Amino acid sequence: MDIQIKGKVLVVALMGEIDHHAAERLRVQIDSAFEKSSCRHIIFNMGEVTFMDSSGIGMFIGRYKKAESMGGKLVLSNMSEAVMKLFNMSGLAKIITHENSLEEAIKKHGGSM
Amino acid sequence: MIKLEMEALPENVAMARVVASTFIAKFDPTLEQLTEFKTAVSEAVTNAIIHGYGDKRDGEFVTLTLSSDNRKIKAQISDRGIGIEDIEAAKEPLFTTKPEMERSGLGFTVMESFMDEVEVSSKKDEGTTITLAKELGEQQ
Repeated sequence: MDIQIKGKVLVVALMGEIDHHAAERLRVQIDSAFEKSSCRHIIFNMGEVTFMDSSGIGMFIGRYKKAESMGGKLVLSNMSEAVMKLFNMSGLAKIITHENSLEEAIKKHGGSM
Repeated sequence: MIKLEMEALPENVAMARVVASTFIAKFDPTLEQLTEFKTAVSEAVTNAIIHGYGDKRDGEFVTLTLSSDNRKIKAQISDRGIGIEDIEAAKEPLFTTKPEMERSGLGFTVMESFMDEVEVSSKKDEGTTITLAKELGEQQ
């Protein structure tokens, strides 16, 4: 995982498999970085995610609530077809926005590259 | 038939996925079928560890049995944990007994969407067995 701050946006690049075991670790690291920063939004780059199950959905809902409490948004970008399928099936698509490209997502939320 | 017995540890779910993927790969599934099968197995094994055993998982095991009947691929996931008290409630989308762990409550929803058959047999304090089956259809 790689975390960068771009203005008011916390950009998190996820890699590999997101299951229960990975999600537990991710949520601690992401929350810690988010709380230390003055970011409002969290944007995930999903380009390198090779697998995700419903534990990942739970992790995103948790981070969505964190961003929302700061008046911010959570955006997922670069999702593979398989991840997109889970995203749509879970109903996550109703509360979390997605963008095809990371650049677009960052630009829309006032961050700079 | 392949039988994998693993210690009930969250880090072992990745191993279960590798074995399930390798098993189904022999049948030349589409990439989508492989992903769906692997994801459903991941959900069931995770549930066995997190919900079946919870905090009392020391020295406990989850068994994954993989078998085939022509091009119908089966995965059976068994634990000897606490069992599911109300199976219908557990299957409801977004139902979870562990919201504090950020469980989404979508495990059964994923299994049912990705597999052709999902069977649950469970007895309180004795354990749960989930049987998943996927029909691969004609070879592409």
